[in-house]
This record gives sequence, C-alpha cells and structure tokens, in this order.
Amino acid sequence: MEIAYTVHARPDTGVYNAKLGMWLFLASEVMLFGGLFSAYVFLRVGAPPDTWPQGWLNVPLGTLNTLLLAASAVTTFLAWAACKARRLDQFKLHTGLTLLLGCIFLGIKGYEYHDKWTHYELRLKDGRIAEGHLVGPKSTAEAVVLKGRWVEDRRQLLDGRRSRGTWQELTIPRADIDRMQNYAPRHNTFLAIYYTMTGLHGLHVLGGVVVFAYLWGPGSRLWHVDPEHFTNRVEVAGLFWHFVDLVWIFLFPVLYLS
Amino acid sequence: MVQATTRSIEFPAREFHGPAHATGFWRTYVFSTDHKVIGIQYGLTALCFLLLGFFLILAMRWQIAHPGEPIPLVGWFLEKVLGSPASRGIMSPDLYNMFGAMHGTIMVFLAIVPLAVGAFGNYLVPLMIGANDMAFPRLNMISYQLYFLGGVVMLASFLIPGGAAQAGWTSYSPLATVIPTDGQTFWLIGMVLLITSSLLGSINIITTIVQLRAPGLTWMRLPFFVWAQLAASFLLLLAFPPLEAAGIMQLMDKVAGTSFFLPTGLAVGGATAQISGGGSPLLWQHLFWFLAHPEVYVLILPAMGIVAEVLANNIRKPLWGYRTMVYAVLTLSFLSFIVWAHHMYLTGMGTRISTFFQTTTIIISIPSVILLTCLLMSLWGGSIRIHTPMLFALAFLPMFGIGGLTGLPLGFAASDIQLHDTYYVIGHFHYVVAPGTIFALFAGIYHWFPKLTGRRMNEFWGRVHFWCSFLFMNAVFLPMFAQGFAGMLRRMADGGLSYSARISPGVEGTLSDFILGLNNYILWAAVGLGLAQLPFIINLFWSIWRGERVQGDNPWQATTLEWQTPTPPPHGNFLRLPQVYRGPYEYGRLDEDGDYLPQDRPPVAHTR
Repeated sequence: MEIAYTVHARPDTGVYNAKLGMWLFLASEVMLFGGLFSAYVFLRVGAPPDTWPQGWLNVPLGTLNTLLLAASAVTTFLAWAACKARRLDQFKLHTGLTLLLGCIFLGIKGYEYHDKWTHYELRLKDGRIAEGHLVGPKSTAEAVVLKGRWVEDRRQLLDGRRSRGTWQELTIPRADIDRMQNYAPRHNTFLAIYYTMTGLHGLHVLGGVVVFAYLWGPGSRLWHVDPEHFTNRVEVAGLFWHFVDLVWIFLFPVLYLS
Repeated sequence: MVQATTRSIEFPAREFHGPAHATGFWRTYVFSTDHKVIGIQYGLTALCFLLLGFFLILAMRWQIAHPGEPIPLVGWFLEKVLGSPASRGIMSPDLYNMFGAMHGTIMVFLAIVPLAVGAFGNYLVPLMIGANDMAFPRLNMISYQLYFLGGVVMLASFLIPGGAAQAGWTSYSPLATVIPTDGQTFWLIGMVLLITSSLLGSINIITTIVQLRAPGLTWMRLPFFVWAQLAASFLLLLAFPPLEAAGIMQLMDKVAGTSFFLPTGLAVGGATAQISGGGSPLLWQHLFWFLAHPEVYVLILPAMGIVAEVLANNIRKPLWGYRTMVYAVLTLSFLSFIVWAHHMYLTGMGTRISTFFQTTTIIISIPSVILLTCLLMSLWGGSIRIHTPMLFALAFLPMFGIGGLTGLPLGFAASDIQLHDTYYVIGHFHYVVAPGTIFALFAGIYHWFPKLTGRRMNEFWGRVHFWCSFLFMNAVFLPMFAQGFAGMLRRMADGGLSYSARISPGVEGTLSDFILGLNNYILWAAVGLGLAQLPFIINLFWSIWRGERVQGDNPWQATTLEWQTPTPPPHGNFLRLPQVYRGPYEYGRLDEDGDYLPQDRPPVAHTR
C-alpha cells in the first residue's frame, strides 16, 4: 500500500507530504519559542528594580557562534543544491561541514555553560560579597580559593562589562561564608531563562546534528534507490536547521546584547 | 447543496494494491500503522480513562456529600493501594486534591481529546476524504504510543510516595511548585509526553486533509466533520506549545530550583523560601490558559462535527447553511486564541486587560451560536429518523445550548466576581463537555459502530442508555448552578461544610441546609449515571460478537465516503481510488432511486 504524494508534490497544493508536515511542525515550534520569548519579556519588564544583570555573557563567543550557525545555513543550502544537481560527493562535503559547524557551536555553548557553572557568588557572615571563578585544585575543606574580586554592594555584580581585568586570587575561609552559590539556573531569573532558552535551543541543534549525521551516513543509502526522495529528506531537514538558526538570531541579541 | 467549481487538475494515476498481506499479531494489533487500528486503540484506551476519571469523581462526590465518612465498597481498596492518604477508607484532603487534579487531567487530556481527535479523527478522516491511510502512518503509531506512555506516567504518579499532583488540573504556581511531593514532577513529565503526542497527531491530521483528499473532493465538498477535525488540529498544533514552554519552566522551578513562577518574598509553611524570587505567578496562568481555552474548543469542535454528520444522515436533507458553518468554525478557532484571560478576571491583571478579553469573549459567542443555530434549523422540514445515535445527537443541541448560555455571565467581568471559582463554573463547563461532548461521542460510537464491525449495537439497550444518561446528567449538573449562586466554592474537601449554617448558625451568608443537602442528591444522581453506563459497556462488547449483522456496507443510507467501502474497511480502505462528484449531504433527492446520492456515484445523464 502506498501513500500518495510522499515524494512528488500534489499538483494543487504544490508540496509533498513531508514538506507540509515540517512547515506545520515549525509553526508549532514558533509557538513554543514564542511562549518562552514572551515569558522573557514578561519577567524582564516585571523584574524588581536592580535585579536584572547586563553583560554577563561573553559577546565575542556569542558572535562567533552566530557566525558559525550563519555559515552552516549556507552549507545546508549547498548540500541540498548538490542533491538537486545529483552530486552525492558534494552533498557529503557540505553536510560534513554543517555537522562540523554544529558540533563546534555546541562545544562553545558547553564552554560557556561551564564558565557560568564555576562562577560563584559568596556572601560572608560580615556582609562582604565576593564573586569569581572557583579555583578547584587550590580549594580545601578549610578555605575556598576564588579568582575574582570583592564588591561592596550586590548591585555592582549586575554589570558584568567592567572590572574583568582586576580579578585576582582570593582565599576565603569556609567558616566565614554565609552563603555560596554558583551561577546556575536557580541563581536568578536571568540565568534561569538563559539556561532554559539556550538549553532548549541546544537540544534542537543536537537534534539537527543527529538528523544530518544520519543523512550523511546510513541514511544516504536511500540515494541509490530513490535520489528524489533522498533530496526531499535533505530539504526538510534543511528547513528545520534554518529554523534553529533563526531562533539563535533572536536569542543572541536578546540574551547577549541587551 | 454546494456547487463548488473544480479547477481541472491532473492527478497522476495511483496504483491501488488490494487488501494487504497477512501480518503477525503484534504488527496487526499492537504496533500497527493502520489508521483504523490506531483509531480503535485510541478509542478503547480513552474509554478506559473516561471510566477511571468518572470513578475518581464518584469517590470525591461521596466525600463532598458525607465528609469524613469512610467510602463504602472501595474504601478498603483505596487504603490498600494508596496508603495513608486513604487511611481507614476515609478520603483525606490530600487525597481529595489528588483526585480532583487527576480527574481534570485524565478527563481532558487522556479521555475526551484522545477520543474525539485520536479515535474519531484517526479512524474517520482518511475514510471520509478517500485516502488509503494517514499521511505519516509510522508517526501515527508513535503518537499513540506517546499518549499511552503519558497515561502510564500519570497513573504511576498515584503510587509514588506522596501520591499524584494535587494542585488542580490548572497546576497554578506557586502552589503546584511548593507542594513537597513528586506528584507534580510526574504530572509535568506526563504532560510533555501527551503534548508531544497530540502535536504529532495534529500535524498528521492536517497534512492528511490537505494532501490526501480524493480527486474531486474540493474544500467545500468536505464533510463538516473533516472541517471540525482540521480546525481542532490547528488549535492543538498552535496552542499546546506555549503550555509545553510553561511546563518546562515549571519543571525547572520544581527540579532546578529556579523562580520562573515564584515571586520575591514567597513564604512557604511560615518561613521565607530559599529562592531567588523575581518570578511571576501570573505568567503561568497566562501561558496555561493560552492553551486551555483553545483546548475547550478542541473538546467541542469534533463533537459538533459528529453531531453534524449524524444529524444530516437522519434528517435526510442537506445541512442548513453548510458554508456558514464552515466559516463559523474557522472564525471560532481564530477567536479562541484571544479570549484566554477571561479565566483570570480576578487575578488582579488590570481592568483594561479584562475589558479587552471581555469583548473578545462575547464576540466568540457569535460563531458558536451560528453553529448551533444551523444545526437546529437543519431539523426544520426533515424526515427525521429516531434511533439511538440520533437521540444522542439531538440531546446534544439543548445540552450544549445550556452550557453555552450559562457561560455568558462568566464572560462578563462584573458578574464573574460573584460566580468565579464556584460550583456555577463547574456546572457550566460540565454542561458543555459531559452532556455536550460526551453525548456527541456516544452518538458517534452508535453511528459508526456498524462500519467498524459490520454489526449494529442493540437498539433497546441503546435507548435505555440514552434516557437514563440524559436524566442523570441533568440531575447531576443542574443543582450545581444553584450551589454556585449561593456562593459555594469548588475545591473544598468538605463540600462546603465549614462555611455552612450547620457549623455556624445565624451567620450572614453561610450556605443553607438546602444548598448543602443538594450534595447528597448529586451523589446519588452520579451513582445513577454510573449505573446507566452499564448497558452501554455490555452492549458495546456484546454487539462486537453477537450484534445483529447489517445488510450491505451502507446501513444508514449515508452519502459520505466512509460508507462506500467494504465493511469493515480492509487495510488500504478503498478497493479503488474514489472520485468525488458532489458535496457531502445530497439527501432527500426525489430524482434518484434512493433518497440520497453518495459523493462518489458518477452522475447519470437524465433523458427528459
């Protein structure tokens, strides 16, 4: 039994089934990320004064990631064009590049997460506040070693754009510490939404990488049976990948630059 | 009679292979990709959940009517399975909250939607549009499996320490987040599975309708049921993802300690919570109701589709205003996205926002009234056949009418202040969904049963089922309006006893003995309603094997394509690709040998 229009477009609608299905899926994805972006706006507008941080994220790395995804959008397109031109070798090359770019993106994202995860805010019993990266090997059961700085007021922590250069190693006895918390999602609302949105986006990137890896590897056997069907799969996967890129284009300014 | 003009389109010839090759038991019944088998899987699973949801509420009704007394018959069983929340067979407030939350969740997400969209949509849409299966058969199988898995997670949550979710089906934060058990976490994981399932299902239904319509089946020749499924699928597709986003955020609040929905200075159990704060409880409500209001239309639209089909078939004339109904259903779907905050008039979101949503809410009643009016007007001048499916379909009209009209006072912010969160809301909503949607679903089951099995369900017991259900449904829900007007709040584990004249006599505004006494009356009406389903359950299974065989493939003399197949339809549905020549409701034609003209019968050149 054969389902109609799995490969060829239906004349009056102009699309094949999978393409329509993907567009519908992307519509729902717009609503998913739309919900999260709305939540971001809602929470940021309603945030109590002096609680929303700025410049906490690494703009050069974010820019690099933006460029990587933009480049991968081009390679994805070229891979599909190669299929249309019936050049499997070119398809493999460009999809390989897409995979590489996607993986580098995820690697950089992982590094950024790690950087935040090892970043601590310490409140001492005498009211002083220290922030900085935990120096793991030097910290002991008695004292915590941070590469960071002292601040007088918690509000000084909110602007991350200044004072990076003045960080030095601080040794703080654990007995003096009232509260010690890393920059995990629970630290504040900005980090919560940062991890949630980029995490969900990262999962989408990972999903895209898995699909492209499948098409690059075992999935490409379909090429020798039905090249048009295979080209359709590449096109549909490409649609998804472009959407994932587009989400990042919104995430980058919203989270890194504002 | 719709005269749609067809652009002449060349459809490539398709090969139709005959009935399928034999497959093993597992591939045929469990891991099937056939839309009909999946539809039946959805149907049976959803009916089980419907019964379970009913039992939950029956136990709660006992507690409401007789607070603190052990539940008869099943009390010992609940204690054995659920442990301390049901100790000595008495329903504790915790257990009451658990059952309340899970009754709503199970009924909406695991029973009605899977029955209306999963079962009826899956089984009938490809048949009605002349397709041999859904557009993505394997995806279809996965949707059912995800739904099943979501159900298992929800059920399993009853058995974990602390039990299931307790914060209502609405799961308002911060309450939902700070209850110190894992029930809510299970609820959220279950919901993510169910959302994914209905997402894949709706993509499948929309793609199928757009892509796989038979040649000649233009948009305005689609049966109204198909339009209703299309609209409902779009609602599922676009309204569910924001709840998924909200669910992820609440899961983060619960598991990762974030404060998306937890405000600064939140105190839990008398102590300040160790959270960063800065979140917004209102945000959850906005995201939740952005789904949950369109969800109401997901519950009602397929039901209207079923009623339209059953009605048109049994009045033996075309539906009055088919085109109007189609446009009304599209308008309704669009408007349903911008009315959500009428659930939130009392949250302090501001009077301007209330005014906006009040306006859109009143506007949405227009297409709803158009739909109901068209169905009602269709009856005029018909030669009506009365039997069980028709009785259920006819009863739908006044019952949904009561449900809809009682919604108006809730739509106005001023009158909502008195009625919000009372039993009035319960009565209103249940009139829409219980004697409304569920009656329509019963009508559908009785109507299409011969197509599924080749046998009819017993007519006498069908009528017993109908009249008893009709009586008891109204006996259960009508008194709730009175209780609501008297100010009796929902979600009280003692059924309003603490606020009654029995506890504090002589205090102004307490609930009178009459209002409180209605609780006992409702309890026995609900028991009656449960007993009234016994003839249905027995009839359903008895008729599968022993029911009276139908003569021919089209026992109701219907025009739509699903009746123009062998009975039951084989794998692949049609023996040859159908060609459609006309609209779906060509009944009452005196120029033909029957009084009806199937959509796929070629026109005959008359010599006159």
